[in-house]
Amino acid sequence: MTRYSVFSVLKGGLTGQKNWTRAWRDPEPKKSYEAIIIGGGGHGLATAFYLAKNHGMTDIAVIEKGYLGSGNVGRNTTIVRSNYMLYDNAHFYEKSMELWEQLSHELNYNVMFSQRGILNLGHSDAQMDGMARRGNAMRLNGIDAELLTREEALKYVPMADRSENARFPIYGGLMQPRGGTARHDAVAWGFARAANNLGVDLLQHCEALDFVVEDNKIKGVVTSRGTIMADKIGLAVAGSTTTLTDKLGLKMPIETHLLQAMVSEPLKPWFDGVVTFGAGHFYLSQSDKGGLVFGGDLDGYNSYAQRGNLPMVNHVAQSGVALVPAIGRVRLLRHWAGVMDMSMDGSPIISKTPIEGLYLNAGWCYGGFKATPGSGWCFAETIANDAPDWRNQGMTLDRFERGHIIDEKGAGPIPGAH
Amino acid sequence: MLVINCPWCGPRDMEEFTYVGDGTLKRPEIGSEETDQKAWYEYTYIRDNPRGPHLEVWHHAAGCRQHVRVKRDTLTHEIHGCWPASGEMADTTEGETK
Ligand SMILES: Cc1cc2nc3c(=O)[nH]c(=O)nc-3n(C[C@H](O)[C@H](O)[C@H](O)COP(=O)(O)OP(=O)(O)OC[C@H]3O[C@@H](n4cnc5c(N)ncnc54)[C@H](O)[C@@H]3O)c2cc1C
Ligand SMILES: [Zn+2]
Repeated sequence: MTRYSVFSVLKGGLTGQKNWTRAWRDPEPKKSYEAIIIGGGGHGLATAFYLAKNHGMTDIAVIEKGYLGSGNVGRNTTIVRSNYMLYDNAHFYEKSMELWEQLSHELNYNVMFSQRGILNLGHSDAQMDGMARRGNAMRLNGIDAELLTREEALKYVPMADRSENARFPIYGGLMQPRGGTARHDAVAWGFARAANNLGVDLLQHCEALDFVVEDNKIKGVVTSRGTIMADKIGLAVAGSTTTLTDKLGLKMPIETHLLQAMVSEPLKPWFDGVVTFGAGHFYLSQSDKGGLVFGGDLDGYNSYAQRGNLPMVNHVAQSGVALVPAIGRVRLLRHWAGVMDMSMDGSPIISKTPIEGLYLNAGWCYGGFKATPGSGWCFAETIANDAPDWRNQGMTLDRFERGHIIDEKGAGPIPGAH
Repeated sequence: MLVINCPWCGPRDMEEFTYVGDGTLKRPEIGSEETDQKAWYEYTYIRDNPRGPHLEVWHHAAGCRQHVRVKRDTLTHEIHGCWPASGEMADTTEGETK
């Protein structure tokens, strides 16, 4: 496979772009592997990459029911941050952030990671107090955080409503300067290509249908392309988690919900940051293609439909116009949805399961894109060593039964509220 | 857009409702032997999360303020029927609305 470099680009320019080869092979499934990862989204692909890279496990396959990156990894709004407060989340997401900072080099693939900062706005004294608390917790964990005054915040989002009439006046905000965005498809493709180069088989259009289990040990997976054996199997299927755990008789603290995102017609460069509204659910950035990318809250009801309804589009637009009135003049180009694995405490699960050799990666809610490298790193660790990394030690499946929940917002066991 | 046929008000836009959640959960009874930790754990945290017909509760918050039990397909969003949340339900397999 071609190694991408400035020279390969120049060579391509001089030779009619004939030097490019396929980014990854399209192999036939083998009868068995050392390990199989189910789900060719960001997390599955990253897990395969780190299994091969960090643990020398190259006899592995990723099986994906559609094409690589057809799930949430290609549907999200690309925000990357590590502004968490609780111990179990903070160190995990910060590890992910450190991996992001080197990812394009590590993968030899430009994931267009842009540390443009992310600003959460506050609109009341109470909200600013809450932000000071979160910011202090972050700094104690060694994560960058800055509390901004109203003037500083407005400098970062100059187009926000600063008038006397603003429905929710801006009091200030909490900024994570190292946060930002990355090109989501490139993350899937970069991990896929790098895993493939280390010998991983990427099996597309290969749906996991059932499992082979003997004496409570995982032995293989029945797929639409035949039964494939492996003593270690990792599940990383996001919103589809319970459709597979049902086959294993495992009960899950997860509900599947839909989340929509929207993009406007392309504009000239206008906003070079990421901002979230504190008085309603709305967040905004501008893509390199010029479109304003924004989204809001879940539609709110269980759904596997990968499409949403108009009331939420309307609601998001209202919040957007309250924050940045100018976007009322912009036309919406597209809106779409993905299916989220909403966990009961809003935090993820990277864990062993009651079945030996079966590992679970799920419960990403709507924040799993930023977790992609960290999740792959920790899940690979958990699978290779049959024990968690210290950073995902708290993210167990049995924490709900033990009462050790990780509830950042204190929202309680209501998946739609996280 | 979902249209929920409230048993008291008739067909209404989903925007008038708040989603409550899974309508099959049974709260363990206080004082019965069900009050062991496992029953409460399952009631609080475990959901069936089907990909298909789902029995769920919506609250007609901006209407009559009654709770409505709805059978809705989570894959197609099609609504098969609506009933009062309390009391006996009609035969949910038939999808007829009371
Ligand atoms: C609209 C939207 C906006 C978002 N915004 C952000 C954001 O700004 N920042 C952020 O951090 N996160 C965001 N997220 C969340 C993030 O995208 C997800 O949490 C994350 O992508 C989930 O992990 P994944 O990439 O592995 O999932 P996916 O890409 O969904 O991967 C799962 C894969 O499993 C496959 N699969 C399912 N069932 C089977 C089967 N039986 N056999 C084989 N394969 C199967 C699916 O086809 C899919 O490709 C957003 C999500 C959405 C929908
Ligand atoms: Zn009513």
